[in-house]
Formats: sequence, C-alpha cells, structure tokens
Amino acid sequence: MKDRALSIILPMGALIFLLIIWDRAVVLLEIPTYLLPRPKDVATALWNGYVLEQTYWKHLRTTLYEVVVGYGIGCTIALTAGAIVAESRLIERTLMPIIVAIQSIPKVALAPLLIVWFGFGVASKMVLVALICFFPVFINSFYGLRSANPDLLRLYRAFGAPRLHVFFHVKLPSAAGSIFAGLQIGVVLALIGAIVGEFVSAKEGLGYLIQSSTLSFDVATMFAAVVSLSAVGITASSIVRFVQAKVVFWEQRDSSGATLSETV
Amino acid sequence: MTEPRLSIEKLSVTYASARGKLTAIQDLSLSVTNGQFVAVLGPSGCGKSTLLNIASGLLSPSGGLVSIQGKPVTGPRPDVGIVFQQPTLLPWKSVIENVLVPVQAMGMKVSEHMERARSLIKMVRLEGFENHYPNELSGGMQQRVGIARGFMHDPQLLLMDEPFAALDAMTREHMTDELQSMWMQSGKSVLFITHSIPEAVYLADRVVVLSARPGTVVDVIDVPIPRPRTLETLSSPEFTSICNRLRMFFRAQSEKQENKS
Repeated sequence: MKDRALSIILPMGALIFLLIIWDRAVVLLEIPTYLLPRPKDVATALWNGYVLEQTYWKHLRTTLYEVVVGYGIGCTIALTAGAIVAESRLIERTLMPIIVAIQSIPKVALAPLLIVWFGFGVASKMVLVALICFFPVFINSFYGLRSANPDLLRLYRAFGAPRLHVFFHVKLPSAAGSIFAGLQIGVVLALIGAIVGEFVSAKEGLGYLIQSSTLSFDVATMFAAVVSLSAVGITASSIVRFVQAKVVFWEQRDSSGATLSETV
Repeated sequence: MTEPRLSIEKLSVTYASARGKLTAIQDLSLSVTNGQFVAVLGPSGCGKSTLLNIASGLLSPSGGLVSIQGKPVTGPRPDVGIVFQQPTLLPWKSVIENVLVPVQAMGMKVSEHMERARSLIKMVRLEGFENHYPNELSGGMQQRVGIARGFMHDPQLLLMDEPFAALDAMTREHMTDELQSMWMQSGKSVLFITHSIPEAVYLADRVVVLSARPGTVVDVIDVPIPRPRTLETLSSPEFTSICNRLRMFFRAQSEKQENKS
C-alpha cells in the first residue's frame, strides 16, 4: 500500500518540481512569453478553452473522432488480414513481399495525397490513421498466430478438430499477447497520424489548433493543445492496457512496456 | 488370440532434407498388446519422436505397415492419447477445461464429460485445483494435468513422449509411481518413450531398445518383475541386472560408434 502511494507521489513531486523550474526560468531569464509561456499561462489557456469559452471541445472531439474511427478501421482490417495471411502459405508467399515493401514507406508522407483523394474533412485523417495503425497490428497478429505451440496444434490435429475450432481455441488466444502489443503501438501511432493529417490541412482538431495558434504566436494555446494531446494519448494507452490485462489475464504485463518504448 | 493394440511392421521413415535424404527409422518392428506397458529406449536422435508421430497417424511412413487393433493407420487417430515432454497446456483455460480439451476438440458435449474430467483430476491428485490456471501450478502439477488430458477421451492406446524429462529428479520419481498406479487401474496399453534406463525398466513390461539413427530395434527385453513395483524393486537383483545389461549394451554401442568415426 505504502509502495503504491509512493509510486504516485514521487512522479507527481518531480512534475511539480519541473514546473517550478520552468516558471522560474521564464521569469528570471526574461524569456519572452511568445517563445515560452509560463505554466500558469498554459493553465489559463486550458481553463478558458475548456471551461470559460469552451472553444477547445470541438477540436478535441474532432481529433478523437478521427483517431477512434481510423484506429478501429485500421485494426480490424489488420487483424483480419493477419489472420488470412497466417492461415495460408500461398497467400503469405504472394502478399507478404508486397506488404513488407509498402511498410517501408513512411505513411505520413502520404498525408498530402490523402487530402487530395479524401478531401479536407475528417475522412482523409481517418484513412491516414487507419493506414498508420495497420502495419504494427498486422505484423504482430501474423507472427502471433504463427507462434502457436506446434505440439498443441499436433494434439488438436490428432483429434481431428476443425480448422476454425483450432483457430479460435488455440491460435487466436496464443496470439493475443502479441496482438495487444501491436494495438498498443498502434494507439500511439494513431494519434500521430491524426495530428499530421490536421497539420497538412484541416478546419478543426487539436493539430489545427496548434497550427493556427503558431501563426498568431499564441504559444500558450499551442502548449494547451499539446497537453490535451498527451492526455488523450495517456488515456488511450491506458484503456488498451486495461483491456489487455482483462483479456490476456494469463500473461504478465511486462510486454506492453517494452513495445511502447521501442516505438517512441 | 486378440490383435495387438499397436503393431508396427518393417517401418521406415525417410525425410527429404537440405543435405539429401535422411533416414530416421529403418526396418523397425514392434508391437504393444492389450494392457501392455512398452518402453522405447534409445539414444537421442534415434527417431523416437518420429515414431510417436507415426503411431498417432500424424505422419505417414515411407515404408512398412502401422496398424491399431488390426486396422491400418491412414490418418490422425482420435482413439490415441498423447502426453508430451512439456505439459503443453492452454494457459487461458483452467485445469478442468484443459482436461476437457480432447472432448471439446472432437466436437462432443463438454457437460456430459464433466464427471469423468473430475474423476481424472482426482486420479492425478489435483482435487481442489479444478479452476486454477496452469500458471498457478508447479511444473509437476502441470504435467499431471497433461497426463489426465491424455486419459480423457478414454483412448485404448496412450503414447507418452518422455513425459517426465522436464521434471526435477524428486518429482520425477514420484510421478513414475503415480503413472504405474494409474496404468494398473486403467488397463490401457502404453507406448512410453524415454532415455532413462531405470525409468524404462521400472515401468515397462517390455523394453524395446533402439539404435542411433537410423533408428531400428536392436534388442527387446522383457521385465518379469511383479507389480506393483516399489522402492524395494529399485534395489532388487533382477532390477539391477536388467539395468546393467542395458547399460553395458549402450556403452558397447557408443564405443562402436566412436571406433567407426
């Protein structure tokens, strides 16, 4: 119990300490606020944006909408594709080289093209998000499904179990840990995809907010948008991790930490 | 005269490998009669696992005839039980669900087999652990779940691939005794693969000795020691003389191998 309290108090203390240093630095070094705002300016911007004027909500909503829908589509397609490719050696040999080749394209480079194809609205951002989440989830599903214990598969084969039964009872649960690691990576990438899409062209969204406030040297708003983004990122990863712990209850949670640090 | 449970005649298995044809088993014949416990003893690389795949119908032989109960084996045989070297359990299923895997995989009603699963769990002395998950059990307990699963669908022939090899020495001795009593209760035919001489002699009615690759039968020794065999058996003159005979045999074999190379 004491240990758990400490694991909250210590990082909180460190955060407050950093905020104080930040604030003192701005004041003592006389950094102009159009370069670096004081923490309290950021807090004021957040307060105004979410409580008094409530102008940030629509940006937050738009970005969330793009992330959730894009992530959902991307992960669904990736899981299905991973399952199909893992189940058939012929399809694997046919498609894998192409998929690997496409994977080497930095997906954000496609953002302007996607805007041309899918318009300035949310659709183009959703496509970018889906595209960027696809690969980690696909690869992890594929390798996870292939890594099922061969002895178990032999056992099920000896019993003459139907293919679908083996898939749902052995392969999919064996792959669950690996799939969740992919979903965990995907959630971070999804946010990046949405923001980059909004940078390129948008009328709403946290990425748009950052862009437009930069133009007017409103750095406090920029910081407020970044804080909002990190709140979204932390919440989304926590949800995935929570679901993972519930679903893949037989595995230790150490894998998620490792994969997250690999991507950032 | 009843047909033997498992009969293998002049079996040969060759694999196509990168370095050409590899003969894993050559001209191997053995049989397991009803209720008999046969141990297959051999150095590593004598094709023991191949033999198991053949007997369970997962691999078809390149030559020779394999039959169970007089019928040739042509595909996977659900009436054969398999126990692996590792427990090979499903970590997302509880103990009782793991024991019920054969029933479920064969598309039968799980609810009708609950009683049997419970009694098997009792037999491997895991009462009270029905709803535990494998990662909450020790290695020995997990292996016992694997053995209970092997018995679940009441197979007439049980194939065991070094089932105790991954256990520590103490657990191993204990499990050997348990297997003996389970076998005596159930009257199943068992083909037990091992590389431990005392284990083979302690458990088996008959020990089949295989040579190094290509695996073939080089000796068959009957073990006429009465059952149940106990701690005293281990120091009995019959037991030690059979073990010594086997040891001498393997030593001579490996010397021959060294001289050849």
